[in-house]
Amino acid sequence: MTVSSIAAATTAEEQHGTHWFFLQPPVFPGFRTSFILSLLYVGVVILFPISGLFVYASAMTWPDFWQAITDARVVASYWVTISAAFYATIAAVLIGLLFAWNIERYDFPGRRLLDALIDLPFALPTAVAGLTLSVLLVPGGWLGQFLAPLGIKVAYAYPGLVVAMTFTSLPFVVRLVQPVLQDFPVESEEAAKTLGASRVLVFWKVILPALVPALVAGASQAFVRNLGEFGAVIMISGNIPFRTEVTSLMIFVRMQEYNYPAAAAIASVMLVVSLLLLWGLQLLQARVLRWQRR
Amino acid sequence: MTRKPRHLDQWVLVVLGIVVAGVLLVAPLVLIFVEALSGGWSLLVINLQRDYMRSAILLTLVAAGLSVPVNVVFGILLAWCVTRFRFRGRTLLANLVNIPYAMSPVVAGLCYVVVYGLESATGRWLDAHGVRVVFAWPGIVLVTIFVTSPYVARALIPLMESKGPDEEEAALTLGARGWDMFRRVTLPNIKWGLVYGVVLTNARAVGEFGAVAAVSGAIMNQTLTLPLLVEQLNNDYKTAAAFTAAAMLALIALITLMLKTLLEWHQQRLEEMALGAADDHPTRP
Repeated sequence: MTVSSIAAATTAEEQHGTHWFFLQPPVFPGFRTSFILSLLYVGVVILFPISGLFVYASAMTWPDFWQAITDARVVASYWVTISAAFYATIAAVLIGLLFAWNIERYDFPGRRLLDALIDLPFALPTAVAGLTLSVLLVPGGWLGQFLAPLGIKVAYAYPGLVVAMTFTSLPFVVRLVQPVLQDFPVESEEAAKTLGASRVLVFWKVILPALVPALVAGASQAFVRNLGEFGAVIMISGNIPFRTEVTSLMIFVRMQEYNYPAAAAIASVMLVVSLLLLWGLQLLQARVLRWQRR
Repeated sequence: MTRKPRHLDQWVLVVLGIVVAGVLLVAPLVLIFVEALSGGWSLLVINLQRDYMRSAILLTLVAAGLSVPVNVVFGILLAWCVTRFRFRGRTLLANLVNIPYAMSPVVAGLCYVVVYGLESATGRWLDAHGVRVVFAWPGIVLVTIFVTSPYVARALIPLMESKGPDEEEAALTLGARGWDMFRRVTLPNIKWGLVYGVVLTNARAVGEFGAVAAVSGAIMNQTLTLPLLVEQLNNDYKTAAAFTAAAMLALIALITLMLKTLLEWHQQRLEEMALGAADDHPTRP
């Protein structure tokens, strides 16, 4: 690569002020080492395997590729994944807002414990989370025993999928909303109250609008995470074809059938979607930041 | 700013929050340990001493033990590169490392299978030279490094960006060499962020499921990490043993949460002290 030539050109052109590569002349040592090694790391660990997947999938003929990604069971898995991720994101936003609000606003016993426990879904392995939630929610389980008489089946059914995704994506919303609530100027709230606004009105008209950027950012991160969730979901959803199979599982099933081309085809579709979402998310966050600074 | 809930609707919110947290966060945690101990201590000890459990613990330790140092070294290099230099493609480089964060872990595992497995020329070449990556421990280590690669960099980049380069510049002006500057100025400044990144990396490395499942091949006593063992034992209806492995992972999760909380409190104290110091001295123009 031209990395060493870049670094060599750097030292030569440094004196001339403007530079095609450096926007500011480097003052610190270690650019060459850190740049080359970072590039190598990102290249070998992240970009090489990902491009390997695309190369592998592109070796397929177009009809085979199309067949693999539009198979009826796979298409059903797209809808299951997207709809469950959507419902779980809504649940995570509502519960997350409740948690963040309580932690930041009220003094109650167990407040700090709750604050620490919020990150449990990040710390607990997803397979353990899925197993535990399913044992809790089966008809004889601690929680399932109350739901069974009502005719609600959660574990090994679609609702279980939503519960698992809600659990794993909960911290995103809480952790993004919390700092905004912390920094929220008390004066504007007080002012609204002095003007006779009820507390409910203050929340809807003053506080909620300020929370929207954080809620949107948290919701999109939660949604991206939910689309890719695997460990928690397969332990609780029962994995019924056409009903509770997520797309990640379809890739896994194809791999177990040793049908690697089909797995790679579905995976490349998923990968493109996640990369687009990541890119969109970054644009959105940059815009939200600018909007907040105004 | 927190105050005691006064009105009825505030109490309703607080109680509702506690109930939801109890159902969603506390109940699963309690259940894991209750189930693990349901057969009594003796069964727990027997389960812990089984061959598959020992081999899973060992493999999990190897995967975490290798991916943490790799991520520390490259995470620091990447953070140094993107926060202390301004060059074209800087944001792109900083964002590329976020890709694993947005990907389905199964897709990540599949990437490594098609690149290093017998499906590819690379994999066949490695196999001809006696190196097995896929369905063996090296593949598990590689995907673990992949899924954990964003954490250290993500912990360090905002921290180093907010600290700014002033102290390091001062060290250089005073004649420090690059390595001395790093050891005496940069490292002490970022050490808590680094510990934070290590804690998160370790938690994810120990608990990774989808990516490891894709490359593992699930060979008992050989390629099962603890999370995979949980699933395997559960599928075999060995619930007590499954929850023994789950309890070990939950214990690691609890330690992670504790360390994370302590680090955050420490950080808050530092910030309050810095604010106090800023009030004492007039700020620089």
